[in-house]
Amino acid sequence: MSKWETVIGLEVHVQLGTRSKIFCRCPVEWGGDPNTRVCPVCLGLPGVLPVLNRRAVELGVKAGLALNCEIARFSKFDRKNYYYPDLPKAYQVSQYDCPLNGPGWLEIPNGGETKRIGITRAHLEEDAGKLVHFSSAKASGVDYNRTGVPLLEIVSEPDLRSPAEAGTYLRTLRTVMRYVEVSECDMEKGSFRCDANISLRPAGSTRLGTKVEIKNLNSFKGVEKALEYEEIRQRRILEKGGELVQETRLFDADAGTTHSMRTKEEAQDYRYFPDPDLVPVVLEEEWIEDIRRSLPELPATRAARFVRDYGLPEYDAGVLTSEKPLADYYEAVAAAADPKLASNWVMVELQGRLKEAGKDIGSSPVSPENLAELLNLIQEGTISGKIAKTVFVEMFEKGRAAGTIVEEEGLRQISDTDELTAVVEAVIAANPGPVEDLHGGKKKAIGFLVGQVMKETRGQANPREVNRIIARCLGLK
Amino acid sequence: MKNKDITRIQVEKVASLARLELGEAEAERFAAQLGSILAYMEKLEELDVEGVEPLTHVLDLVNVTADDEPVPCLPREVYLANAPCRQDGLFLVPPVIE
Amino acid sequence: MNELRELSAGELAGLVAAGEISAREVVEDALSSIAARDGLLGAFLRVDREGALAAAAAVDEKMAAGEDVGPLAGVPVGLKDNLCVRGREITCGSRILAGHRAPYDAAVVERLRRAGAVPLGQLNMDEFAMGSSNENSGYGPVRNPWDPARVPGGSSGGAAAAVAARECPVSLGSDTGGSIRQPASLCGVVGLKPTYGRVSRYGLIAYASSLDQIGPFARTVEDAALVLEAIAGHDPRDSTSAPVEVPSYVDLLDRPPSLARLGVPRQCFAEGMEPEVEKAFRAALEVYRKEGIDVVEIDLPRIPYSVACYYILSTAEASSNLARFDGVQYGLRVGQEEGMLEMYRRTRQEGFGEEVKRRIMLGTYVLSSGYYEAYYARAQRVRRLIKQDFDEAFSRCEFVLMPTAPSTAFPLGEKTADPLQMYLSDIFTIGVNLAGLPAVSVPCGFSADGLPVGMQVIAPPFQEAGMLRAAKAFQDQTDFHCRRPEADRDVSPPAGKRGEQAG
Repeated sequence: MSKWETVIGLEVHVQLGTRSKIFCRCPVEWGGDPNTRVCPVCLGLPGVLPVLNRRAVELGVKAGLALNCEIARFSKFDRKNYYYPDLPKAYQVSQYDCPLNGPGWLEIPNGGETKRIGITRAHLEEDAGKLVHFSSAKASGVDYNRTGVPLLEIVSEPDLRSPAEAGTYLRTLRTVMRYVEVSECDMEKGSFRCDANISLRPAGSTRLGTKVEIKNLNSFKGVEKALEYEEIRQRRILEKGGELVQETRLFDADAGTTHSMRTKEEAQDYRYFPDPDLVPVVLEEEWIEDIRRSLPELPATRAARFVRDYGLPEYDAGVLTSEKPLADYYEAVAAAADPKLASNWVMVELQGRLKEAGKDIGSSPVSPENLAELLNLIQEGTISGKIAKTVFVEMFEKGRAAGTIVEEEGLRQISDTDELTAVVEAVIAANPGPVEDLHGGKKKAIGFLVGQVMKETRGQANPREVNRIIARCLGLK
Repeated sequence: MKNKDITRIQVEKVASLARLELGEAEAERFAAQLGSILAYMEKLEELDVEGVEPLTHVLDLVNVTADDEPVPCLPREVYLANAPCRQDGLFLVPPVIE
Repeated sequence: MNELRELSAGELAGLVAAGEISAREVVEDALSSIAARDGLLGAFLRVDREGALAAAAAVDEKMAAGEDVGPLAGVPVGLKDNLCVRGREITCGSRILAGHRAPYDAAVVERLRRAGAVPLGQLNMDEFAMGSSNENSGYGPVRNPWDPARVPGGSSGGAAAAVAARECPVSLGSDTGGSIRQPASLCGVVGLKPTYGRVSRYGLIAYASSLDQIGPFARTVEDAALVLEAIAGHDPRDSTSAPVEVPSYVDLLDRPPSLARLGVPRQCFAEGMEPEVEKAFRAALEVYRKEGIDVVEIDLPRIPYSVACYYILSTAEASSNLARFDGVQYGLRVGQEEGMLEMYRRTRQEGFGEEVKRRIMLGTYVLSSGYYEAYYARAQRVRRLIKQDFDEAFSRCEFVLMPTAPSTAFPLGEKTADPLQMYLSDIFTIGVNLAGLPAVSVPCGFSADGLPVGMQVIAPPFQEAGMLRAAKAFQDQTDFHCRRPEADRDVSPPAGKRGEQAG
């Protein structure tokens, strides 16, 4: 209904999960004292030369396949020339006209359906160093530890139509990249960075409006907020009949606003040319196929399969497939116990306790097999759901098996009719008040009686049976 | 000798990209010299290069890569020793406003 | 003691390996030769006396221990100042790298050390290898030992002069458009540029990455072969290093050359050479003919375009390679009080000499927005055509012969006014770099006023062995390589000497 249509494109840089840098063998690790993970090559010292890390290419192709990209059989490196103190060679080795990955797409959830967001390209490049600003503002310091870390720049088509959609795209992209183990994608650690391009155009128009680039986006929420702010800012100007300036703006997370970057220079002329120190990358079909075969089932496909094969609601399937290790865990449980029960227990009980304990699924003290055993005990009626929760606590804290705990502590559910009837009759006799309420039509009073039976049986009575027997004893319908 | 008209503005622009701060006389001189050199370069237009692929590497090497095996780094003092200005293990530069 | 500096590197290594002289004696002699002569010539920027004697001592220790001392045992080698030597000040003849100490050895330096050779110090050069006369050094010019009022050629002027003046038997230079061969020609010594990729560029401070190669200067073809064998070979640290086996150039020299046919491009006579050069060159061709070798005319039609092509490509690459010299991590830093931008601009303005700035400007221009296709991309296509011309020529002959330089050594200051004129003097050497071929310049005559003339033998890729044999065949029939320049006698420096001195 809006007069204006929002058009958003995102450029995401993911840090590839190699052990060493893209053109030298310095280790890639988070943190560390400044300039302790450098060598003449990544420092760009006079006389050094780059040698390409094969694993960076492998991970780049893996990412491309996961994004349905055309993998370039021939790609090469180019120099992007510009000056900045964190760029030691005064050029960045990147890929200009022959990127490793050509056009592809990513499907994102879109209100019950999926929407296909185009990927323009994804190419390899090297990271720059980091500037440290001294509070005295008399100097800046350069730390080159990050220089030369391999990056994959993933450029989306301007297919996103709202800040929320942009957020979904980022989350989906992150999930996929983590699934194929290409990158940790941790925005806080800088292994997942995003710049956004946003423009507005009259609804129905096919021409793109003036594009504004937004930088300094450090969280998914930040991206959405920045784009929301920009949407409003741009709409206001356009509605007044004004014109937008094509510029780069920085997001201020505290204020929730964007402001123009103070730049005196004209548009950068990067003078791209093929890097003479690096030779082209020519990929064999075999090699690409090997990588394709090594790809795990992607999250969207896996979630759809959970819905289909396990009968799970879409939401649950989405949560369970949000991380590959979680999905793997779930399926191991579902293979040995009821899938729906497994879904609830994994999502709520297990994840809850893991979060409290600060652990991830990979270090769960309860194995899938153990959990399955517990669930089967519930399913068979050996224990009640309520008892199961206490058993689970012990399993989690002591790492013990469900069956063992149930036996040792005599927690078997009592379902024997005779045994239960005896208790029910005693409870009925001892509680004339509630009995009268029940006869009077107060259906809820049965809860009190059930509670009393549970108390008498230390919670081990089968609640369904108890309800049935009470009703029978009292002649209720 | 033929001369290509290289303006002072062009010289300034190129010098700016190259981070050179040319003096007045120098800029004038470069404008003239670049002009005559570039005019000479136009000689290449005499050749028919239709269908000829650009040559970047004389050797036909492809796929030169290294294994992803990290190698320990040397102490940073080795590299900081050459630094014109340093502090706390960092190379110091004038403040950069972002 | 003077006789030691008359010996070839091969002879010296042989004597050291046989225990007849110590490495120390050899190196001491070189050091005293430098001390006596270099004041006038200015070939050496920095001599590492301590390091050289320590390296010599190490060779002598190995000898004493009965270990293998290597094929270049005790041989003193001068290194062009663009080759990194760990812990030494390496400046590429530029003020912008004053004080810069390399934290690592170049691959060729590693290999020389392994072969038992002794690095002596850094040789003067045209700043960042840009020049053909060694007048562009930030530390003063080099003078030609044959006539100190004349240039030695460039950019490896110091490397050529040092060998010609017998300050050391061999040296290493670099060649991007002729920077080994042309000074070799002007100084009457042998200068060899290997096939592109034959020698690792790791540790060579780059000028034009797709054209640069490191190579030896020597007084004889045998010594050039000896040094080439030591430094050539694949290096995994250089992605452009060729995975091609290194034959034993030294052993192969002994095989009789099989020279059926040599080609001389008719274009070289059209490009203009001094009459003395042409005379010497034509006489040289007769030497081959007298041996019964066919010398025929061939066609390299695009040679006249090679200078334009080269100066577009090399300056473009150089503008990018030299962008890193910005005062941030090492070397000269000026103007930091005025902010980042001013620091960049003033450091580079003050640190770079005029020729370097000119080429950076040119290279930046040809890569800049709107000009890439017209200049850079076109030059890359022309480069392919020039390479094709050579490929075609080698189907008609085994090796190509050309004069190395169109003139003999010219007086200092003669060509500095017009840069384009200086560039045009590379006409015979440049095409070889564009095509990535190996070529060696050998002394082939003298002008009437006693100045050396050089001739190039150019071979197909990786055919250095045959090329050296062809060069040796010429050397065996002539004695140009035995003549000695005036300034190889100990001379006291003129009053008020310029520039840096040995230290």
